[in-house]
Amino acid sequence: MPYSCNVKNLSAHVAKEHTMTTRDYDDVPGTYVLDSRTYRKGYHLNMFLMTLNKSECRDVFAADEAGYLSGFKITELQKQAVLDRDYLGMLKLGANAYYAFKLVSHDRHPPQVMYGKMNRPELSFDEFQDMMLKGGRPIDGNRSKKETPNG
Amino acid sequence: MAGMGTSHVPGAGAAMDNGKTGEPYWEPLFTGLEPLRKWHSQNVPDVNIIVFNDHATSFSLDNYSTFTIGVAEEFHPADEGWGPRKVPVVEGHPELAWHLVEELIFEEFDMAVAGSLDVDHGLTVPLSIAYDQPEKWPTKVIPLCVNVIQYPQPTPLRCFKLGQAIRRAVDSFDKDLSVGIWGTGGLSHQLGGERAGVVNPKFDNTFLDNMTKDPMANTRISHTDFIREAGSEGIEMIMWNVMRGALNETVKEVYRFYHIPVSATAYGGLILENE
Repeated sequence: MPYSCNVKNLSAHVAKEHTMTTRDYDDVPGTYVLDSRTYRKGYHLNMFLMTLNKSECRDVFAADEAGYLSGFKITELQKQAVLDRDYLGMLKLGANAYYAFKLVSHDRHPPQVMYGKMNRPELSFDEFQDMMLKGGRPIDGNRSKKETPNG
Repeated sequence: MAGMGTSHVPGAGAAMDNGKTGEPYWEPLFTGLEPLRKWHSQNVPDVNIIVFNDHATSFSLDNYSTFTIGVAEEFHPADEGWGPRKVPVVEGHPELAWHLVEELIFEEFDMAVAGSLDVDHGLTVPLSIAYDQPEKWPTKVIPLCVNVIQYPQPTPLRCFKLGQAIRRAVDSFDKDLSVGIWGTGGLSHQLGGERAGVVNPKFDNTFLDNMTKDPMANTRISHTDFIREAGSEGIEMIMWNVMRGALNETVKEVYRFYHIPVSATAYGGLILENE
């Protein structure tokens, strides 16, 4: 019998090192987790991105991007990152990739454009696609900031 | 009851919607899916419970539940930013959905209940993977949405236990229905940050092996293990544990397919039958 159906008393494996300011996954390079810290920093930025799910909002945004953004409680840095399509900058300022996709879709770009632009150095669509066709970014060497600072 | 696990990469849906499945990039994926689709054509249940996640479509930072059951008569494909997918409306099964809600809550799984829910690629791409492009989906569907995008996600063990409770609820339903359960999402992938594009075939294949060999091993993976080893979006794999928990202790792997890349993702497809 590989396991028992009676798992009611088992407890879950959760993070060993977990405080409001540090998490054990902070050691994973080039990775931005939508946790409470990101949530609070990026709330209004992500909620702006959510509006792009609606075609009527996409039209208003397209007509005057800066004007549309001024209707949200986002910082000047967040606003500039959106206008510049600086996806990595947006993530550092609290955006989450799933929300950032709304902007990529609005621009009618495939997601690989965003992935490539977040790489350091930036990769073109073709360069990112090529990396994936060769088996993707290897996990070895990319698990910890001790191995590589940015992934 | 049988189960399927499948990734839900939006690009695979777009490839079908735009008639690109024969292109060299997509051909290996859709060839690999043929046996899976053949199995589905021969095993059409009355209802599929589809364990999926929403991607900042119907749920967002303003309101996010850990587990949500859709109890509506129908669910419409959502506009995720590029207009809704042109796929059939998803028909619900309110009677079984409400039975699940009641049984699960009495078993202390505090489900949220959605009476109106537009469904995104997380639900419609698995339907397209299984059933291709029909005029109408061949089964009714109960959407079961899991928060996998906002930390803290439910634990992998909790997901497994939820699957077990779903099985008990399905078994106690007083009408004779055939029911399938799908775990969707994954496998290893990361969509944000400098590390986007990371995949981990060894981790993925161990996870797939353990669906039959040692399902409890897949409940002992921590959130950090998922983030580190499978990428920040690889944690979607916890939804496969709901599916696995609903099946018998011993299951048979009927089909497995693994392919890199689909967009930035390692695709995994798996069919499990109860022994």
